[in-house]
Amino acid sequence: MNKGRFGEFGGQYIPETLMNELIKLEAEYKSAMEDAEFKAELAKLMNEYAGRPSLLYKAERLTRELGGAQIYLKREDLNHTGSHKINNCLGQALLAKSMGKTRLIAETGAGQHGVATATIAAYFGMECEIFMGEEDTQRQALNVYRMELLGARVHPVKTGTRTLKDAVNAALREWTSRVEDTHYLIGSVMGPHPFPLMVRDFQSIISQEAKEQILQETGELPQAVIACVGGGSNAMGMFYNFIDEKDVRLIGAEAAGRGIDTGEHAATITKGSIGVFHGMKSLFCQDEAGQIAPVYSISAGLDYPGIGPEHAYLHDIGRAEYYPITDEEAVCAFELLARTEGIICAIESAHAVAQAIKTVPQLDSSKSVIICLSGRGDKDAAMIAAYRGVKL
Amino acid sequence: MSRIEQAFSKGKAFIAFLTGGDPSIADTERYILEMAAAGADLIEIGVPFSDPVAEGPVIEEANLRALKHNTNLDDLFELVKRVRTKIQIPLVFLTYLNPVFKRGYSKFFNDCAEYGVDGVIIPDMPMEERGEALPFARAAGVDIISLIAPTSKERARQIASEATGFIYIVSSMGTTGVRSSIDTDIQSIINEVRSVTNVPAAVGFGVNTPQQAAELAKIADGVIVGSAIVRLIAQHGSNADAYIKEYISDMSSAAKGL
Repeated sequence: MNKGRFGEFGGQYIPETLMNELIKLEAEYKSAMEDAEFKAELAKLMNEYAGRPSLLYKAERLTRELGGAQIYLKREDLNHTGSHKINNCLGQALLAKSMGKTRLIAETGAGQHGVATATIAAYFGMECEIFMGEEDTQRQALNVYRMELLGARVHPVKTGTRTLKDAVNAALREWTSRVEDTHYLIGSVMGPHPFPLMVRDFQSIISQEAKEQILQETGELPQAVIACVGGGSNAMGMFYNFIDEKDVRLIGAEAAGRGIDTGEHAATITKGSIGVFHGMKSLFCQDEAGQIAPVYSISAGLDYPGIGPEHAYLHDIGRAEYYPITDEEAVCAFELLARTEGIICAIESAHAVAQAIKTVPQLDSSKSVIICLSGRGDKDAAMIAAYRGVKL
Repeated sequence: MSRIEQAFSKGKAFIAFLTGGDPSIADTERYILEMAAAGADLIEIGVPFSDPVAEGPVIEEANLRALKHNTNLDDLFELVKRVRTKIQIPLVFLTYLNPVFKRGYSKFFNDCAEYGVDGVIIPDMPMEERGEALPFARAAGVDIISLIAPTSKERARQIASEATGFIYIVSSMGTTGVRSSIDTDIQSIINEVRSVTNVPAAVGFGVNTPQQAAELAKIADGVIVGSAIVRLIAQHGSNADAYIKEYISDMSSAAKGL
């Protein structure tokens, strides 16, 4: 097996034009991880710019409402830019800067990653171009405007399903045409090696902090950690430092859209099969001929036909569990969290809350569970209103 | 001598590409025969894929047109079988890895050998990832065509030294599509290639005028044209015959210095 593998998953299935760039990126990443100065600069940015560490908040009212394990929320929604995406953007932008790059490009689904990329580009004075499916630019218009405020150019992608998958295609094409001065800041634990590894490492701060925080708070490890999974970056971040703690269940919630039997979903683990796409061997929603299937979710951030290779591996070896959550379940969870805790979370994160609603009542009430609240939900309020038939 | 080797043995080779099933399988079949008659020495058949990330808009749209009526590998193998009863020029599939992976390497390459596909170009399978497919291709006697890009630099020699069939030199950065000029130093890439192998090298990406074909043929062993042909098919659909014949004839003559 070649490098960048998680079991049989991962790899570098990418046009030759990009291979030397990936090799350079990997070398740069390796040396950065051993460079005290780089690590200090990243830690400083994480703390002073992004506002880390993020809170581990005990959700007492939600705990009472559900009955079962004590619920803690890892508040990535409180980070600067409103989601966990900033963690990875800080790391990769620093790397890009040290590689002499002057331009960042990125794909975005819900717009959270686009906003985080545009933010760090503004901070470092780098040029920034964001690729976003045309359909997503409509359902997440506020985030488009935020990116533009930050000085980025947003390209609505009009090919294919006009969502996240097509945004990745467009960003890959752009990178192939202009790689010399440009870093493609991939937003999830996906794509060719070294991205899945690198993004996971930058996001692992989530579980590094959460583990310390829960031990300090309760004196023991949680029974389970729960996160939503699209490409899977907040989930890998939440899982990573618990992988070796065999008693901690790792639970991912993927988007079941209108239901896993409707054909309108993005439930890659539940319904997908092994394939090669977007630079990686992993699980994908696809047909028998190997054509990538159109997927659907109310959540633009989870509306992706694949999953990061390390998740495919964790699923394969039985270390992590993944369950589908429908639009309706996610919206109900979104509303429940707002009512009980006064927290309006991202519709993506609401999938994790919805999974907690199913799982937590079955768990031991003397123990804890952590839900990763990957982002805040201001961007989703208008869409949820529309879903409920409320005219604003 | 393999069919691919023969194509390069008579002087400069002109290589024509079209997307299988665009606008229909019957049209593709007829266009292949006409291109061969008009002077194409090797024909690349694009296997339509939902997300062809190495392609520019012209070929991407051709992929989507072909997928509208669900063109798949079975259809294309049957097409090759019919074509093979009439012509013997080398036929090469250009396909993304997923349809190949999904069919299974063993079945795919055995089908290639059985139906008469001489080689396969897989743009999303670089040297590092060939290992899983190569034994099946070799066992079936099918060439996996290697690509060298303007950014390959020190990788070029190693890629070339492992190449069989022919080497596909990507002329420019970016995706496939018509370009007004090609700025890459093709000559120095060819020099690198020639220092390690006698496998012929053909240049593609952006080539569309007879002048470009003539110039590139002076330094390379062959010239590859795709988007310009696909654009004719996009414009004229099932009635592109005369346009294709004329264009292939002009380009082929230019490449051969006639």
